Amino acid sequence: MSLNRVFDIAGSAMAAQSARLNTTASNLANADSVSGDPNKVYRARQPIFAAEPSFATSLQAESASVGVRLRGIVESQAPLGQRYAPEHPEADENGNVWTSNVSTVEEMVNMLSASRSYQSSIEVMSTTKELLMQTLSMGRS
Amino acid sequence: MKIDPFANHASALKLRASRNEVLAGNIANADTPNYKARDFDFAEALAAQQSAGGGGDTVRLLKTQPGHFGVAAGAASNPTVGYRIPSQPAVDGNTVETDIEQAAYAENVVGYQASLNFINQKIRGLRTAIKGEI
Repeated sequence: MSLNRVFDIAGSAMAAQSARLNTTASNLANADSVSGDPNKVYRARQPIFAAEPSFATSLQAESASVGVRLRGIVESQAPLGQRYAPEHPEADENGNVWTSNVSTVEEMVNMLSASRSYQSSIEVMSTTKELLMQTLSMGRS
Repeated sequence: MKIDPFANHASALKLRASRNEVLAGNIANADTPNYKARDFDFAEALAAQQSAGGGGDTVRLLKTQPGHFGVAAGAASNPTVGYRIPSQPAVDGNTVETDIEQAAYAENVVGYQASLNFINQKIRGLRTAIKGEI
């Protein structure tokens, strides 16, 4: 029954969005992390979403609906910040510390977008559940 | 007299359910790069299904000889799904406009409930006729 598949689709979307919320939380928490070594600095993490099954396969298949798959999490390649802080215990020989490349504004926007999308998926799920319950009691009223 | 009073609404329910699935996929992929929003024309799909044999699996032709042609009754149950033309495409190639999808979803759910209501009324009417009392 195709209404049941909606639960999988909405569920996959909720899983993907909550992974996105997780990366946002970790990015925001580490927004002020510093390190003396540019290779050890925290870099912003971003999830990559993909439609599943992919377009090419789902076009031929009988089902046109697709869920979301978390394809992976990549680290941002944005330039790191550098700050002169010779008193910092982590400072390198030149007295510099490297700061993470997390953009707080971007992360806040990501958080809002993820929570809105999560809400939409929940709405879809509860509406579908209601429809299924009504279908189950068909003819009883 | 009609043989199957529920035929139209039964196939409408089926189509509404599969449209529900397509739209749920759109809403789920609102943030997926390069995803293209999809939908199908419900009225057209219903008309196609009815012209293909009123409900799909009510009457089926048997193939007793290898030379018999098949009738495309089952083919009509899969509506042709197209891509939505976006009014504001995003830079990441995604064409889902969440508000439009949610509106379509709501419309589809109401349609589903309407069909369900019609079926329920029909059942109630038949039951009243059988019992002969009100």
